Amino acid sequence: MADTHRHEIDAHSGVSTTGHEWDGIRELNNPLPRWWLWTFYACILWAVVYWLLFPAWPLVTGYTYGVLGWKSRDAIQTDLAQLRAQRAVFADKLAAANLPEIEQNPELLAFARAQGRAAFGDNCAPCHGSGAAGTKGYPNLNDDDWLWGGTLEQIHATIQHGARSADPDAHVGDMPAFGRDGMLPRADIVAAADYVRHLAGLPPAADAQIDKGQAVFAANCAACHGPEGKGNPELGAPNLTDPIWLYGSDRATLIQTISNGRAGLMPAWKGRLDDGTLKALTVYVHTLGGGQ
Amino acid sequence: MATVNLIRAAAPQAVPPADDDAPLYEARRKIYPIAVRGTFRRIKWTLLVVTLGIYYLLPFVRWHRGPDAPSQAVLVDFPNSRFYFFFIEIWPQEIYYLTGLLILAALVLFLMNAVAGRVWCGYLCPQTVWTDLFQTIERLVEGDPRQRREKLKNASRTRRAFEAAAKHVLWLMVAWWTGGAWVLYFADAPTLVMQLIKGEAPVVAYVWIGILTATTYVLAGHMREQVCTYMCPWPRIQAALTDEYALNVTYRYDRGEPRGSFKKTEALRRQGLPGGDCVDCRQCVAACPTGVDIRQGLQLSCVQCGLCIDACDTVMKKIGRPAGLIAYDTEMNVQRRQHGEAPVYRLLRARTVLYAALIVLIGGLMAVVLATRGSEGLSVIHDRNPLFVQLSDGSIRNGYTLRLVNKLLVPRRFALSVEGVPEARLEVIGEAASPGADPVVSVGPDQTYEIRVLVSTAARLPAGASLPVAFRLTDVSGGETISVADHFKGP
Repeated sequence: MADTHRHEIDAHSGVSTTGHEWDGIRELNNPLPRWWLWTFYACILWAVVYWLLFPAWPLVTGYTYGVLGWKSRDAIQTDLAQLRAQRAVFADKLAAANLPEIEQNPELLAFARAQGRAAFGDNCAPCHGSGAAGTKGYPNLNDDDWLWGGTLEQIHATIQHGARSADPDAHVGDMPAFGRDGMLPRADIVAAADYVRHLAGLPPAADAQIDKGQAVFAANCAACHGPEGKGNPELGAPNLTDPIWLYGSDRATLIQTISNGRAGLMPAWKGRLDDGTLKALTVYVHTLGGGQ
Repeated sequence: MATVNLIRAAAPQAVPPADDDAPLYEARRKIYPIAVRGTFRRIKWTLLVVTLGIYYLLPFVRWHRGPDAPSQAVLVDFPNSRFYFFFIEIWPQEIYYLTGLLILAALVLFLMNAVAGRVWCGYLCPQTVWTDLFQTIERLVEGDPRQRREKLKNASRTRRAFEAAAKHVLWLMVAWWTGGAWVLYFADAPTLVMQLIKGEAPVVAYVWIGILTATTYVLAGHMREQVCTYMCPWPRIQAALTDEYALNVTYRYDRGEPRGSFKKTEALRRQGLPGGDCVDCRQCVAACPTGVDIRQGLQLSCVQCGLCIDACDTVMKKIGRPAGLIAYDTEMNVQRRQHGEAPVYRLLRARTVLYAALIVLIGGLMAVVLATRGSEGLSVIHDRNPLFVQLSDGSIRNGYTLRLVNKLLVPRRFALSVEGVPEARLEVIGEAASPGADPVVSVGPDQTYEIRVLVSTAARLPAGASLPVAFRLTDVSGGETISVADHFKGP
């Protein structure tokens, strides 16, 4: 096809045409610049050499592996090993040090906080939030109110074994469902809820029966929450006198809590994360500001 | 305008040939300039030795800064993000000094251009200096252009091949040394030299030596004047910066024309007819490294190196005519002389004074800023999540990340305080609190240090409060202080 047009010369420019024509517009057959052509050939050569050296062509059950045997999976393993080796200097120190030592050594503290921050984002943030501010049912780890205690050892234990998890060393202690399980009549539950609000210094409802509530509290709640409602970290019983509430402090929420109980679950991380990471997480959470 | 006419008259026939087989680009005419002697050649030699000497040797100059800093006078320390220049140390955030330096460089170029044309192009530009060096090597190995031409006819193929090989090897050695010197500015020079000798230097060093060897070899050995004529924007820019008083390498056609052979012009003169000084020996063309004929007037390709002045003066001296037929002068003066008027030279003009004043102003500003810059720094980031924390006793706490900067080469201790929050309690994570005193933080020499700071208050804040606060950092021993503003958020 092209042959018939090869020698057709464009009258205006004097250049031969390719024979391609669209609506009377014909394409001039100007030669490519030499450098362009050589670059093009070089690219073809490059591609052929690449096919030979690297994985390239898909086959029915696999692919061509290439002479160099390069695999992206190996490459990432190499990179990860390199990263681990880079971290090893501090990671080994971290594994060897005990928790208070880490906090007293500025270098180790900085490393632990950085590693803890990353590990927190990967593992803890889904429940506790990226800034560890928590949400309803998931404690805020920035404040100084701790369900299971806020010392380094206590935080370490909570992270390792969790609360109400399958781990044999997990924290145990449930808030019973006083209403659902028929342990208290509705009126007593409402009175107890009003009394708890009274303990926290919150404004009482118009029909609040504080005295009745106090009696109910002393008989049913004080065993775990303490006679003054200050809580008990051994049992995960929260302090009811401070302004920090895990599920809410309004009357309806309190009635619901007492009626149906609460049993938030914190998973055990020992075995899922290595010891160094667990220590780093402990230090990170402890230095968020509320650590005791 | 005489110049324009001269250029026009001398321009090659620009009308494209009717032939369709004409190439799409103009074939390059290779230029082999002759060697000349004279004032400007001497200036060029001196500048070549001085500038290349500085370039090749500066990395080895030592400057003792103490145990915590490198002792290389000029060092671009990428791994540690520092730039050292003798007594000056620049941090990455102070890169604006580089901007100032570039502005100064531009203004100096403008000033040079206003005073004496393309001084930069002719004498100082690396392209000119290295091309000059490469052409000198070429002449040393292959002989001057006349010998070259004769060799092309008479010398054996083997000899010519051997000479060409020797030339390219020498060029590559200079190019390699150029690339090698470049990488020495980015690491401790003596150490890197030893590493390079033993083959233990980082790969990036070899790569950069390779790149700069290639660019030097290609640009100075092969591209030469094409870089100046086709690639460089400065010839175009400078045309907008010049004026009629700017001195330029000028052929004084008032004296030179009508040109002719010595015998012919002498004969004309004896008859009382005008005979110019130019004997049309074409030595000015032969000496030109960019291949222009200066007698065609000011032109784009001319880098104003002054070698044609030397070539012409040598000839004038030989034939007993006064020197300076080609000289630093102005087109305006040539015309004035032609009309019997006295030439005018004005160094002090609006533009030269303005450029000089700007150079002094910006240089002074930079010096003042550099001399008075603080040696400590502080930046504050308020926690975004959570913005504030309510504590069990009802008080409110805000978290901040602070980065402390110590630009001195000695360790320093800073006291940290916060202003603007009533009943504020300040706690630095990882620093033992001493009641009643501001927390003190140590920062290593020439380092930054990041700390987490908690500010809490038991005071009742109005709803939605956002109090302006200021963190103050005070050097415990020196007393220098720096303050940074931020906010304290409440519920």
